[in-house]
This record gives sequence, structure tokens and C-alpha cells, in this order.
Amino acid sequence: MAKKIDQTRVRKVARLSRLELTEAEVAEFADQLSAILEYVEKMNELDTDDVQPLAHCLPISNCFRADCVKESLGTEKVLGNAPQRDGEFFKVPKIIDSV
Amino acid sequence: MSNFPYKVVVGLEIHVQLCTKTKMFCGCAVEFGQAPNSRVCPVCLGMPGVLPVMNKQAFEYSVLAALALNCKIAEFTKWDRKSYYYPDLPKNYQISQYDLPLGANGFIEIPIDGGRTKRIGIIRVHLEEDAGKNLHTAGNFSQVDLNRAGTALLEIVTEPDMNSVAEVRALAVQLQRMVRFLGVSVADMQKGHMRFEPNVNLVITKDGSEYKTPIVEIKNLNSFRSLERSVAVEEQRQLNDFLETGRVMGMGNKTTRGWDDARQITVLQREKEEAHDYRYFPEPDLVPVEMNERWLNDIKAGLCELPIKKQMRYVNEYNLSDYDAGVLTAERSTAEFFVQVVDAGGEPKRVCNLLTQAGLKLANEKVCSVAELGITAGNLAELAKMIEAGTVSASAGNTIMQEMVKTGAAPESIAEELNLTQKSDAGELEGIVDEIIAANPKAVDDVKSDGKKCKKAHGFLLGQVMQKTKGRANPNVVSQILAEKLG
Repeated sequence: MAKKIDQTRVRKVARLSRLELTEAEVAEFADQLSAILEYVEKMNELDTDDVQPLAHCLPISNCFRADCVKESLGTEKVLGNAPQRDGEFFKVPKIIDSV
Repeated sequence: MSNFPYKVVVGLEIHVQLCTKTKMFCGCAVEFGQAPNSRVCPVCLGMPGVLPVMNKQAFEYSVLAALALNCKIAEFTKWDRKSYYYPDLPKNYQISQYDLPLGANGFIEIPIDGGRTKRIGIIRVHLEEDAGKNLHTAGNFSQVDLNRAGTALLEIVTEPDMNSVAEVRALAVQLQRMVRFLGVSVADMQKGHMRFEPNVNLVITKDGSEYKTPIVEIKNLNSFRSLERSVAVEEQRQLNDFLETGRVMGMGNKTTRGWDDARQITVLQREKEEAHDYRYFPEPDLVPVEMNERWLNDIKAGLCELPIKKQMRYVNEYNLSDYDAGVLTAERSTAEFFVQVVDAGGEPKRVCNLLTQAGLKLANEKVCSVAELGITAGNLAELAKMIEAGTVSASAGNTIMQEMVKTGAAPESIAEELNLTQKSDAGELEGIVDEIIAANPKAVDDVKSDGKKCKKAHGFLLGQVMQKTKGRANPNVVSQILAEKLG
């Protein structure tokens, strides 16, 4: 049986997730992810015709807060973990933006 | 130039920033123009372990807007993550609604020619969070300000029902008025509260067959002008492209273009192949929202007569021109103040003139709405009556209104104090007219002649009377007396 997740797929997902993988990792993860999907596939044996899709695993809804201002963190703390800053801004590699 | 008949087809995606005090999922304040990264908390930063919590006001504003757009409101709606890899949203996903938007299948009426309206379908309305801002002006790096990240954003998607630039503009304007009337957004274009993304293509008829050009989405337009211009320019570009290449719509040939305002052209944006691989999945950090009848009725109570209905009603009920009614109903408070003044006895057209001329000018200067100028409806109705009766001229009316804003005094006392009352009594004016006629025989001869000079001389004599009365004669009455005496 063909693998659920082949190496091309792993490379694509890695690219989408901005992850850099070695060739050995690509092979390893393809095996591992395929095994996981095969395991989960067991669930297809269940008859789910009359089961509503689950949007959330908690049986609650409508958890709201009032529109009240809370104090923010403060610029210094906000930037505290930034690898680089430029004054009050985060500094990041140039984004080639549209227009 | 082509002689092929064609039709432009436009659908719009509109983002509207809601006027909540705080962001969608945290208590950070939503304030424009604050110091960078000063309205940011761990939720905005996507720190591990944080939990977003829904802003109830934002949800209710969204439902209210969806109701005004005649949408069906979902009884059950949920949140989804949309993968997004830019530093202006540090979680690496945007919380949005994918398969269960809060509103769907609605419509909006827009005005078209001849006082008629056209119905534009609304595919869906959903709520999501805005991204922060990337700035690229500092050098060979980019700056990120996350103050806007997480702000509640309403996304509205229309059917491709618009067939002209004028209709696109009409929709944008109606939508802006609608969200302002409902009080769900300030909808200030300059602050980026409304952003448009039109999808444009053409249906061209050639040799008895119809050809559809590939759809182009124009990104992120934040003014009515750029929206209009970009659609007009794109329409022409697609026509030329079709004539040159014959290219038609096909699988996967939809493209994205940006608007270059300086050059007034649309520019192809090259996107990575995986750019639209959003990999939506249900947001595990937020529970669903279930709507019930009672809650929905509470929200419905916030609905009001919408601008286009009001505008048409003002035309019919108050006999105003479509233009005047449009200016009056651009803002809800102005529209409502107008009715109060009319109800207090002001003649509608006089009241309309006062509000839309002196009123809007004064409001602009004071940066407030006309209704907030501090003039009572009763006083303004009084002023309208004075103008109607000819006690003061229309231009004196504007001066009096200015004083009313300044001092809060009643129009009669201001008119007295500033000597602005107008002489309309024919008997009193007749004597003055006689004096002027006696003193200006040359002009009198000119009036009696049939030539070009007649009109000019009439104006001269009228001017003399006005000068003599220090501008307080009612020019209509004087003109009439002059015509009777010399005609």
C-alpha cells in the first residue's frame, strides 16, 4: 500500500511551515506521519452517518467578554523577546510587499 | 478600438473595522495613531499558553451589520485558523470564520440612475481579526507595529452583481453610510477603516459568442477614488488584453494585481504557488457561538431606517431633490436633526439649505456633526421661518446661524443686534426706490431701452437701493417695485 504521506508531501508541509528539514528527517517524518494517519484511519470503520461534525471538543458555547479596555503590556515588555528591534518597532527582514 | 459590446462584472470583498473599544480577542485598546507596539499584550503576540476570548460587542455589531444586509444569521457559528506567514500576525495564523460564517445570502440596495435602486447580492459576512502593520520605509529591513493586530474586522463579500464603475462606487458609499448609521464602524477611509478588494472581469460579445476574460482581484484599496479608478483602468486593460491575446477565463488563471496610484495602473503581483494554501482548521482555543431567538431580537432592536430608504423617503415626504436628500442622510444625526427642525415648524427646503450650507461648513470647522453644533431645533426652525417670511435674507440667515453657534442666542435677537433684518415692506421701500430713480436718470433711460444695457442698468439701480438701505432691503421686493415703476 502506498504511503499516506510521501516525501514530496512532507517537503511541501515543511515549506508551508517554514521548517528546514534534512533528507534523513524527510524520510523519517514521512514514515512517522504515515503511521499516524494509518492508525487514525481505524476510525473510518465506525458508522458516523448520524453523527454531527464536532466543532469543538468542549460542550459549551458563547464564552464572551465585555468590551472593556485592559492595560496592555507596555512597549518595552512587548519588544523584550524580539530578536531585533528598531526603536519602538520590531525589526524583521525586509518583506517584499505588494505595491 | 474595439467595437465588440462588452459588460464589466465586479464583485467586492470589503473589510470594515468595527468601532469596539477593544480588540476582538483581548482587552487591548483600539486607538488610532498611538505609539508603536503600545497596545499589545501576550494574546496579540501569540505567546504560548494564552487564550483568546471573544468580544461580545464585536460579535453583536457584526450580526447587526449582517441583519442590515438582509443576511440569514447562522444559529451556530465557529472560528477557524487561517495559516498566514507574515510578521504582522505573530501567531502565524489569523482567526477567521471559514465554513460557518455568521451571516450569508443577503443583499443591499444601491441607488442607480433615475431614482431607481439595484439589488446587489451578499454572499457572506464574517468576523475575523486584523493584522498589524509592516512598514518598509526605514532601510533594508521592515518595521512591525502590532497595535492593529487583533482588531475586530468584518469581512463582507458581494456577488459579482456590479456592472459599472458607478455601481461599484454606489455600493461602497452605501455600505459606508450603512455601517455609520448602525454605529458599528466609524468607517473613516483615511484611517483604513474600510478596505476594498474588487474582483473584475469582462463578458465580451464577439461574432455572436460570449467570451469571459480572466478574473483579476485588485488588492487593498482604501479610498473611493482608488477603488473607482482601479476598476476603470482594469476594465480597459482587460479589454485591450483580450483584443491582443484572446485570453479567456480558465482554470487557475485568476490573478492578483496591485494599484499603483502614482502611475494610475494595476500591476501584476507575482505570488508563490502556495500563497493560497491557507490550511484552515477549527480554532481549538475558541468555543462556538450559538444564536438564539431572544438574543437575535435584542440585536435586531439596534436596527434603524437605512440611509437609502431614508434618502428616498425625504425626497417624497419633504419634496427635496435627490441630491439634497443624499447630503442630509449622509450622517444619521444630521438626518434626524433635520426632521426635528422640520417638526418644529421649519420649511423643509429652507432647513435643508441651512443645514447643508452654513451647517456643514460650521460642523467641519468645529469637527463635529451638524446636530452637535449646539443649536436647538426650535431656534433653527425659527430662523428658517424668518428666511421664509423674508424678514432676513438667505445670506443673512447663514450669518445668523454662525452667531447662533457662537453665542447660543435666538435668531431674532441676533438679527436685531446685527441689523440683519430685511425691509420687505413695499410701502417703505417705494419711497427709497423713487429717490434712486430721480437721482439716476441715465440708468432709468437705459432700463427703458430694449438693448443690452437694460439688464445692467436694472442691476445698477437695485444696487443703489441696497446701498442706500445698507443691504437691508429685500432685493426681490425692490426688483419688483423697479419693474413696476419702469416697466
